[in-house]
Amino acid sequence: MKEHRTMVHGVILGIFCLGFGLLLAITNSVTAKDIAARALEDKLNSLGQVIPDSIHDNNLVKDAITMKNDRDKEITVYRATKEGKVTGLAYEIYGTGYAGEIKLMLGIDAQGKVLGVRVLAHKETPGLGDKIDVKKTDWILRFTDLSLGNPPLEKWKVKKDGGQFDQFAGATITPRGVVRAIKEGLEFYDAHKAQMLEGH
Amino acid sequence: MTTEYKTIIKDGLWENNGMLAMLLGLCPTMAMTTSATNGLGMGLATAVVMAASGLLVSIFRSQITQEVRIPVYILIVASMVTLVDLCMNAWMHELYKVLGLFIPLIVSNCLPLARLEAFASKEPPAQSLMDGIFMGIGFTFALTAIGAVREITGSGTLFADASLLLGPAFKFMEMRILPADTGILMMILPPGGFLVAGLMVVGKRMLDVRAGKAIQMGGAHSAA
Repeated sequence: MKEHRTMVHGVILGIFCLGFGLLLAITNSVTAKDIAARALEDKLNSLGQVIPDSIHDNNLVKDAITMKNDRDKEITVYRATKEGKVTGLAYEIYGTGYAGEIKLMLGIDAQGKVLGVRVLAHKETPGLGDKIDVKKTDWILRFTDLSLGNPPLEKWKVKKDGGQFDQFAGATITPRGVVRAIKEGLEFYDAHKAQMLEGH
Repeated sequence: MTTEYKTIIKDGLWENNGMLAMLLGLCPTMAMTTSATNGLGMGLATAVVMAASGLLVSIFRSQITQEVRIPVYILIVASMVTLVDLCMNAWMHELYKVLGLFIPLIVSNCLPLARLEAFASKEPPAQSLMDGIFMGIGFTFALTAIGAVREITGSGTLFADASLLLGPAFKFMEMRILPADTGILMMILPPGGFLVAGLMVVGKRMLDVRAGKAIQMGGAHSAA
């Protein structure tokens, strides 16, 4: 008798799991297309912030190649072209912050000058490290127009480390990670220029 | 067993407030109250999930047997959270970009689970829906209040970025109370969360004592 009752509970739990599983599966299939569309919009938006519309006449998402970065991670390099010539590149760069990885999108022109940088994802302390996000402060905008020689290589650091970039009150590790990521991103272009411009 | 709406509303908002009296949902409380806006967002997302799961549990309350009730409750809360997460991502994307961070955290909140066990599993659907809504609003109120105190003392602002959460019309809510860089850093770090939450609980009890009420030892299992 007791075994029989245990069965009943199992069946009830199973029915609930099945029912709610079905509900979630339906919701997923209904929303999947819209979610993918939103993700693409977001990507184009963030690309638009680091590659000005005026310098290209192609679809950035279509003209993309995948490469391995120095951390052995697959990254997508979006190429901006105008009249067949590469005018800019955008790719993800990664830095190490206070609470883990910081993911950024770096946009540069063909000479290796920064067109723009934006934070895509981070887990930094709200109110402290999150000032790297353009929505909170304009700190990240100071990198625009800089390149590997401007400022000189040894100045690509936060002020506390003898460089030229401001840290935030109470947060040094986050800006340090971002500065380093951008510097490494520029060095990556320097080292792989030929491959990144290939085919154009 | 049915509880009067008046009692449900009073309990949810103040008497048996999820955070201030029952001390439930402390994990999201500490994590998400670094600003009033974050507190508000977390509270509202929690309220939606609590109302939906309260209603569902109440509808199925005679089918859910005692032995498997906890897994079923978790299943329902987790399903509601995922449902809200997917729908918001697809159709309210701007809001999702701000609130998206909070939504998965609701699963780890013990407040919905406690209310399902203590209330929705015994009461009719209408009452359970009301309980979910008002417990959620009470939780929102507590989180926003803690967030406001931490934000003013820690960053010197109040409701910063509220327009990102509520839309551009709410830009007027964003205030700077203290000059920049005067905030006490500790207040927006975890110790500040414990301090302010503790003081809020004391404050509520003092108000209750002054009103001549016996201190209600809040508990997750006081049904009403």
